[in-house]
Amino acid sequence: MAWLMAIGQPLLFILIAPLLTGWIKFVKCRLQNRKAPSLLQPYRDLRKLWVKEAILPETASWIFSAAPVIVFAAMLLAAAIVPLVAVNLPTARIADVFVMVGFFALARTFLVLAGMDIGTAFGGMGASREMTISSMAEPAMLMVVFTLAMSAQTTNLSLAMQYVLDSGLVLRPSFVFALAALMLVAIAETGRIPIDNPATHLELTMIHEAMILEYSGRYLALMEWASQIKLMLYGVLIANMFFPWHIATDFSLEALAEGLLAIVLKLAALSVLLAFSETLLAKMRIFRVQEFLSFAYLLSVLGMLSHIILEVYYG
Amino acid sequence: MPMTLFFALLSVLMALLSAVSSLAYSRLALVEYLLNRIFAFDSSRLAKVALFLEPDYYARAMRILPFCLLGVSGTLAVLTGLLQLLGADSAAMILPFGLPGLSWHVRIDALSGFFFLVLGMPLIAVSLFGPGYVREFEHKKSLEVLGFFTGLFVAGMEMVLLADDTFFFMIAWELMSVASYFLVAFQHEQPESRRAAFLYLLMAEIGALCIILGFGVLVTFAEGFSFGHIRGVALTPLWASVAFALGLAGFGMKAGLIPLHAWLPEAHPAAPSHISALMSGVMLKIAVYGFIRYCFDLLPQVFWQWGVAVIAAGAVSAVLGILYALQQQQLKRLLAYSSVENIGIIFLSIGLALVFFSTGQSQSGALALLAALLHSFNHAQFKTLLFLGAGAILHQTHETSLEKMGGLIRRMPKTAALFLAGTLSIASLPPLNGFVSEWLTFQAALQANQLQSGVLRSFVPTAAAMLALTGALSAACFVKVYGIAFLGLPRSPHIAHARELTDRGMLAGLALPAALCIVVGIFPVPLIDGLRRVIENLTGAVLANISATGWLWLTPAGAETASYSPGLVLAAFLAAGALGYVLLYRIRAVESRRAEPWDCGYGGLNAGMQYTSGAFSMPIRRIFDPVYDLRETLNQETGDSAGWRVTAIRYQFQADDKFVRFLYTPIGRSVTQSAHRLGRIQTGSIRTYLAYSFATLLFLLWVVS
Repeated sequence: MAWLMAIGQPLLFILIAPLLTGWIKFVKCRLQNRKAPSLLQPYRDLRKLWVKEAILPETASWIFSAAPVIVFAAMLLAAAIVPLVAVNLPTARIADVFVMVGFFALARTFLVLAGMDIGTAFGGMGASREMTISSMAEPAMLMVVFTLAMSAQTTNLSLAMQYVLDSGLVLRPSFVFALAALMLVAIAETGRIPIDNPATHLELTMIHEAMILEYSGRYLALMEWASQIKLMLYGVLIANMFFPWHIATDFSLEALAEGLLAIVLKLAALSVLLAFSETLLAKMRIFRVQEFLSFAYLLSVLGMLSHIILEVYYG
Repeated sequence: MPMTLFFALLSVLMALLSAVSSLAYSRLALVEYLLNRIFAFDSSRLAKVALFLEPDYYARAMRILPFCLLGVSGTLAVLTGLLQLLGADSAAMILPFGLPGLSWHVRIDALSGFFFLVLGMPLIAVSLFGPGYVREFEHKKSLEVLGFFTGLFVAGMEMVLLADDTFFFMIAWELMSVASYFLVAFQHEQPESRRAAFLYLLMAEIGALCIILGFGVLVTFAEGFSFGHIRGVALTPLWASVAFALGLAGFGMKAGLIPLHAWLPEAHPAAPSHISALMSGVMLKIAVYGFIRYCFDLLPQVFWQWGVAVIAAGAVSAVLGILYALQQQQLKRLLAYSSVENIGIIFLSIGLALVFFSTGQSQSGALALLAALLHSFNHAQFKTLLFLGAGAILHQTHETSLEKMGGLIRRMPKTAALFLAGTLSIASLPPLNGFVSEWLTFQAALQANQLQSGVLRSFVPTAAAMLALTGALSAACFVKVYGIAFLGLPRSPHIAHARELTDRGMLAGLALPAALCIVVGIFPVPLIDGLRRVIENLTGAVLANISATGWLWLTPAGAETASYSPGLVLAAFLAAGALGYVLLYRIRAVESRRAEPWDCGYGGLNAGMQYTSGAFSMPIRRIFDPVYDLRETLNQETGDSAGWRVTAIRYQFQADDKFVRFLYTPIGRSVTQSAHRLGRIQTGSIRTYLAYSFATLLFLLWVVS
């Protein structure tokens, strides 16, 4: 049953991720007094891309056509180790939370390489910006993970969530810092406003879109799908790492249903928050991003230090 | 004689033989004479000898022979290492060389055995790569010099590993340093090579001096020169700290710790690429070996303050090393700075081990030491691969600047694929080997909770934060290298016409470390089991948990705390990749076609539209501006008198090490100044000198009486 869940959860990720994107778009449109597309629009887009002829640039090497598969696979693997509806995930033992950060890095590396493969100006521009942003976001992410791992005495995500669940509602200063830092990192890493704007193809501001500009057809679909999964992964991480309540702890049908309902509601709420911030904020100038991210890094290090100073009692 | 020691000594002998054999390269007449004398009585063999003595054939054979011997030496070194890791006992011997009463003590134990393994693998790769690579120098330079000093260099490094007394250690150490000086100076017609070699020699000697003084402190309190005597020495904390500081300076200088690193980015690129691979992949590890031997074996006890110093030095080297690497436009120079970074990571782990051991947390200390040793092994593999890869590009295109490269994946597909393995490993991405050692370092840092002192408890995770930053920056750096050099469009005509390596040996030399990067990344446990033995042998700490769950699993502090199974990760990755592949190509596949990429409507994409290497790292240059000594020039030509229309623009930048300008140059200047001042007493007149002698004599008489 546990292994069934381990296979089921990533599949659930694949299936729900476009819906989450649709939901964010929906909320954003309503907030901005626009008519919203259907919640199912991302699925339609994916299907449309799926049946279209793919055009590969003449200058593309094998990296370009392999990258979508690698990026998608890395996201799938990351999804396989993050508990979604139930803890006790056996796959979380195979790869701990540091490895998850590693999977993100692997996906990013191939995304960037694919962007540089064609030799257009945009590819390099997106690649350079993506690596700059991630080189500041990833350490912040790791420090958040460090704080969590030090509190829970484990780097196994499933056990860490179990620990937070078991210790009940305790207000820890370190977790407040870590949560704030992780939210900033999530915004940067998933390319949302104010770092990047997923809805724009304005030449000089693109980051993620610039790297995948030359993709089309199925290749593009796979890339888009992977980035939707990534968005959902960050959402689930925030929701289940800091607010794991009502996640299923056994595999009974009621518990699983409760877990599913809980995560859907949590993600829906987080999305509303994201939509609000995207509506209220404007995109930053690229050289302001470093301040945003060093703030995240600072918060995460503060979180870790406050854990060490305030929360560890030694014998 | 025990098998391992025999192999190790034989390995040294082979390296020396390789040095001698390369002397025969242009001495055909002498060899002919000798062979004729030997075979004179047997005319049937003479025919074969005559065939061998055909000038072309002879030259080819003599180009290959020293590398064959080096390969044998490497294989023997690997065998030694494997036997030691599999549990062979340590063995010692006294060789009848050296000063009277001070014969050379040699000893091999698990630690030196492991470093034999670290040394052997790159050596084999280099011996495969070398014969094809040096063909380029055949008619321009003296292959004898290159081969002779390469052999001596390798022998020196192996002797350092074998040394068991301070005298022999220093002799071997100096052999290694001086032989490599000649290798750095090999392309001496270029002034920067001469400059690099001189700086290297100078700093190597200052470092050696520090080590001699450190040994001096130990020997003063011990009863003899051999390591066996030193092990039992009792030192006051003050003298122990003095000895430690000297050791850190001496070994740190050889390893290239910031701020003692100035020689490294000059010397490594100046040497021929296969030598750079040996210097970066192996020689720096010999310095790491020396430091570990010195701290954990020779010094009687360790203090946490030392650990803090080493962690700080390591963290600074790691972060600054990679930041400087990011701004380099010469590939080999970039790789050299990245070696500074990796050495920083290794020293950071060693520092963690010192902190943990000194506070009695021997389990965590052993884990940190394990991470340091494993990263030494990994770095030896991927840095060898990357330097040899840079050598392959250099050999095929005569280009070292990243700004001129591009699109090599289409011209040199095999090299590109192998180089990719090195890129992914050094960027520490799962499931390759670089990730395993980074993961272990993080796990070791996480054990900081056990430390009693609150200061240390917050210091250690801060070091981990620096490590996280380093990891992310090094990913950025090597993505840049690969993207600029191998992807995109070629930025110069000779790159556009580059050819793939045709020499099988050169490809094999790249493939061997690439294969090791992958295999060790996926199945690290056998190697780690061997390393457990090394650490147990060295410190007495037993890492019981790390492979307790089976050969597929890494569980450094118990399965509940952390676990990683790279093998299963790979299996899952292949499964997920297969799913992606099926989605992409199998389910009702639609035709795809090739077309021109979007060129913004300017009509034809050209290489000049791409981001350059300097442009790629520009944001990081802006963000970390204070650490660079940045010089930028921007020239604009305007087409009209008002200056509104820019017709041509030229931007140049140089982002240098701040240490060179603010530390080394002032030191150099003050040395010159004081030399001038001292020079004033040299009047050249004999009367003055007689007066000096007389004054000295009086002074000495006064001292004596």
